[in-house]
Amino acid sequence: MSEATAEKAVEGAAPATAAAAHAPVKSDPWYGGVAPFGTDSKKFGMWLFIMSDSITFAAILMAYTYMRIADPDWPLVFNAQSVVLSTIMTFVLLSSSLTMVLGVAAAEAGKRKRAAAWIFATAFGGVAFTVIHAWEWSHVIHDLPEGAMPMMWGCFFAATGMHMLHVTIGVGYLVILGLAYLSGKFKPVDVEVAGLYWHFVDLVWMFVFPLIYLMSTDMTKGFGH
Amino acid sequence: MSAESAAEHVHVHEPPSSFIRRWIFSTDHKVVGIQYWILALVAAFVGMWLSVVFRLHLANEGTIAQLNNQLSALAPDSAQAQALTEQIKALQAKWFVLTPEKYLSYLTMHGTILVFMVLTTAPMGGFGNYFLPIQIGALDMAFPRLNMLSIWLTILSFITLMAAFFVPGGPPNSGWTGYPPLSAIPAAQGKGYEGPGGYGQDLWVLSIAIFCFASLVGAINFIVTTLDLRTKGMTMLRMPLTCWAWFVTAILSLLSFAVLLVAGLLLLLDRNAGTSFFIPGDLFFNKPLVDHRGGSPILFQHLFWFFGHPEVYIAIVPGMGLVSHLLSTFARKPVFGYAAMVFAIFGIGIVGFFVWGHHMFQSGMSPYVAVAFSVMTMVVGVPSAIKTFNWLGTLWGGNIRFTSPMLYALGFVSLFVTGGIGGIFLGQNAVDIYFHDTYFVVGHFHLIMGVAAIFAMFAGTAFWFPKMFGRMMNEPLGKIHFWITFAGVNVIFITMHLMGLEGHPRRYSGFNYDFLSSNYMVTCHKIVTHTAILTATTQLLLLVNIVYSLFAGPKATDNPWEATSLEWAIPSPPPFENFKGGHVPEVHHGPYEFSVPGAAKDYIMQQEPPEARPATAPSAH
Repeated sequence: MSEATAEKAVEGAAPATAAAAHAPVKSDPWYGGVAPFGTDSKKFGMWLFIMSDSITFAAILMAYTYMRIADPDWPLVFNAQSVVLSTIMTFVLLSSSLTMVLGVAAAEAGKRKRAAAWIFATAFGGVAFTVIHAWEWSHVIHDLPEGAMPMMWGCFFAATGMHMLHVTIGVGYLVILGLAYLSGKFKPVDVEVAGLYWHFVDLVWMFVFPLIYLMSTDMTKGFGH
Repeated sequence: MSAESAAEHVHVHEPPSSFIRRWIFSTDHKVVGIQYWILALVAAFVGMWLSVVFRLHLANEGTIAQLNNQLSALAPDSAQAQALTEQIKALQAKWFVLTPEKYLSYLTMHGTILVFMVLTTAPMGGFGNYFLPIQIGALDMAFPRLNMLSIWLTILSFITLMAAFFVPGGPPNSGWTGYPPLSAIPAAQGKGYEGPGGYGQDLWVLSIAIFCFASLVGAINFIVTTLDLRTKGMTMLRMPLTCWAWFVTAILSLLSFAVLLVAGLLLLLDRNAGTSFFIPGDLFFNKPLVDHRGGSPILFQHLFWFFGHPEVYIAIVPGMGLVSHLLSTFARKPVFGYAAMVFAIFGIGIVGFFVWGHHMFQSGMSPYVAVAFSVMTMVVGVPSAIKTFNWLGTLWGGNIRFTSPMLYALGFVSLFVTGGIGGIFLGQNAVDIYFHDTYFVVGHFHLIMGVAAIFAMFAGTAFWFPKMFGRMMNEPLGKIHFWITFAGVNVIFITMHLMGLEGHPRRYSGFNYDFLSSNYMVTCHKIVTHTAILTATTQLLLLVNIVYSLFAGPKATDNPWEATSLEWAIPSPPPFENFKGGHVPEVHHGPYEFSVPGAAKDYIMQQEPPEARPATAPSAH
């Protein structure tokens, strides 16, 4: 084969190889016609919501950090009693995460009634958390000084208020889910999606608890307010 | 047939029989898209009307200032002076000469309405909702009910914003950026108003918060739809660039509105719950406002612009996608550097999250940080230039059809370049400190973000109108509209650049022109106002064109532009289920197969069989 014909052959082959290299493979999950991650679209949507919502909480905690760093005399407003209380709240919330896991597991095992029971137990945990939290809020509001609200309490109300809003919405979500699941309207994946939301809300608390409560506690203050 | 047996699994829903469920509270993505489009159209006219009112004000303020100058040179009791005084009084009594508070209110509402209700809704919610599912071969969005939620939340947000005009104290006056402390202190709203005040600002914040939620819901829907609902053969790199642009825009919305929500929430707390996140401790308003160290207005700026900069890309990126699509279609050539275009869109999106500080050079920041933001801002120029040169490369040697959508698309490229050059000045902190509070900035962002994105909307309307409504728009009317608008906006905003170079500050309702070159500035103001009135009036041509074509335009064929993407493979307007009987075609070709050597016609549609493309033709990409 002369050099010229070899070149010609290569020239002719080049586009074909390039086309072959780029030709879509039908078995590729990204070929289309199937969800590439192999997950339910609702689950994917909830993950996206969690990404966005975590940025919302991050922004609130960033604002709090910004304020706190800027102030050399940041007050430590909580005492030992607050720590005990917020630890109980943490325990309640984390327990509700456990019941949620059990609910998802029961739903996947096809045990409809048991799953609904665990879902309602989770909602109950959320209610208990909110009740204790609201009680704490009422005391804080009662003890607020006259005049402008101290910065620490502003941050406290913004962060915990946003979190409490999420817990409250979550309780409503779980109750509706539990009832609908019991009546056979929803699939196990819907329970899992709700579980994602609930675990996310709990995870947010695991940032709020140390940053807002533990870092602002003066244990020497003891109990009472 | 195997194709039909596979399609048996497709659930095709009948359209709802009730009018309300079909056309008002509809989950059909096409109806939602048109609702977004109409909302944007209404909002655009409201916002434009406001701008005409305050442009009239600015031109007359200039005249009044000039007359006052003449007056001060005359003897107070002379007949001439009395005549002048009468003339000034008559001018001041005109309805479009505003108080400074009212001027700022109109400015605020103009900005807010146009940025949120027009630039953010039409390109994404409007065209995106309508055409994303069709272009990727889906029967609807991934979450149709959430889609309905997102349009109705957006409408609620718009109504809430409009309500600000009718509450005591009037609309807010802190600018579309809502900077505290002005926005954080209710008492700062409007002189002479004695009541609790500032409901307008509260409504503004509320409206933005609702809008954030609506955008979040929409963004989730777009991302999931793009990834999960592509038809067979519609690989990511076979998607039209419009879809890529909507996809990246959705990611930006998902990650940025979340932060704006926090800025709004904390602002609302500052206004109504006694907190002081954004109210500094040493601020006096008759008395000290907070009795402790106070908060930081700069914090608001960080939160706001972390959203605000991606927001300008949310406004412009869908336009880039659409323009790439149109240039290729009407130049009858494949997009030059398809993959580079995709990477450039992503590059702009990613870098867009690291440049927010360039809006705050004047707010005070460490010079080291300012340099970092400055360098990142310059980096945005790289993907932008890639896109611009690829647009030119697409046009190069093309067989260009100068239809009205093509003209609008070319207008976009032109405005993007003109506006973008101003950005190179403003992105450098040392230069920006001189320019930042001048009309230079007004001219810059209007060209690149406002008018360029609006031109993309014009282009989208002219291009997709036949598909959406089944009738063609009037071409001569569209071309007249294009040329007047294009010339008009250039005159308006380039003049503003010149005023900024001379040092004319922005956001001032009136000005003592003594220390600036007075006649020059007043003349500029008048040129801008006259051109603005002309350009705004020209927009009625668009309205006339839309209404006329809706009823009397020539019937559109399925594919009047001889385009390749899937929406042109279905009837105009599309049936309820998009693809007849829910049979979504399989895709065999890339999105821009124009002028393929050896092919039967000069375009190959995406759903055509693989044989439509001769095996001898070189690979597209």
